[in-house]
Amino acid sequence: MHELSIISSVVETVTESLAAYPGARVVEVRLRVGVLSAVVEDSLQFCFELASEGTPLAGSKLVVKMVPVVMHCVPCGQDVELEGVQSFRCPRCGEPCSDLRQGRELEIEAIEIEELDEVKG
Amino acid sequence: MTTRIVELRRGILKKNDELAAGLRDGYAAAGVVVLNLVSSPGTGKTALLEVTLRELRGRGAKVAALVGDLETDNDARRLAASGAPVRQINTHGICHLDAEMVGKHLKDWDGVTLAGLDFLFIENVGNLVCPSSYDLGEGIRVALLSVTEGEDKPLKYPTIFNSADAAVITKMDLAEPCGFDRELALRNINEIRPGIRIFETSVKRGTGMVEWLDYLEEERKRRLMV
Repeated sequence: MHELSIISSVVETVTESLAAYPGARVVEVRLRVGVLSAVVEDSLQFCFELASEGTPLAGSKLVVKMVPVVMHCVPCGQDVELEGVQSFRCPRCGEPCSDLRQGRELEIEAIEIEELDEVKG
Repeated sequence: MTTRIVELRRGILKKNDELAAGLRDGYAAAGVVVLNLVSSPGTGKTALLEVTLRELRGRGAKVAALVGDLETDNDARRLAASGAPVRQINTHGICHLDAEMVGKHLKDWDGVTLAGLDFLFIENVGNLVCPSSYDLGEGIRVALLSVTEGEDKPLKYPTIFNSADAAVITKMDLAEPCGFDRELALRNINEIRPGIRIFETSVKRGTGMVEWLDYLEEERKRRLMV
C-alpha cells in the first residue's frame, strides 16, 4: 500500500547519489528488505517500473533481497534465525524471544552503474 | 564502458527516521509520554481515547491528542468533548501518519506546547500494515484489536503486533455474542510479541479501564525517573 512512497524515496536517493558519477547509467538497484518490514516484493517491482520512468534509473533492474528475522535467544545465549513470522520462539529451545536483531530492514544496499570510459589527460 | 558497484547502505525511510528521532528527543526534553495507537478501521481507537482523555484529565493529568484520518474532522470533534486539546491530521489519501505530519501539527498548535503536557496520544490512520514502517518518535506503540475481528489478527499482521509495546483488546462486552475465544487471542498475541502487556477492555461497561489508566500513569512515572 505504501510501496509507491517507499520506491519514490529509493529513486530520489539513488538519483542524488549519481551526482558523484556524471553521465553514469544505472544498471541495477539492490535493496535489503526485512520480512517484518511490511512491504511486498511484487508491489515494489511494480512501483519501481512506474517511478523510475523518466529518471536515470529507467530500465534498470530492481533486486530485492529478503532478510529473515533474527532474534537473540537469552537461554541459548546466541542469535537465532526464525523460519517465519508466525511464532517468535527460539527454534532451538522453544523459549519465546522478544529481542529482535534483524528483520525490519528497509535499505538500499548498493547500485550497479555503467560509466563511460574517460580519456585521461 | 566500465561497470561498478557503488555501496550505498542507506535506510530508505532515513528521512522519516531522522525526523522521528528529533521528535523523540523533543518529547523526552518536555517530559511528555507519547503513544501511537494503531489498529484496523473500526476497532475502537477513538472510543478508547474518548474515555482515556476524560479519565486521565479527571486524575489531574494534562493530555492532548492528534488524530489521523484520510478525511473529515469527525474524530477530533468527538474527542474534543473530553475537554482536552485535540487536533485532526487529514492525510488526504495517505494510509499512515509520518513524522513530518506529526512535527508540523505540533509546531503551530494553538495554545498547546509539549512542555505543558503529561501525555500526547496520536491516533494513527486505521490500517494495520503501513503505520508499522513509520516511526513517529512515540514512546509507546499500542496495537488494538476488537473481539469482532477474529483471534488470529496478530498472526495475520505480525509486523505491527511485533513492533507494539502494549496491546488492547476492545469491545469485550461483545466477546460472548461473537464467540470470541479469549485464550486463543491472548496466545496469538504472545506468540507474535512474547511478554507484551495486554489489556482487555470495554469502554461501554468500563471493563479494564482502571488497569489501562494505571499502566499509563506507571509508565509516565517510570519514564520520568530514567
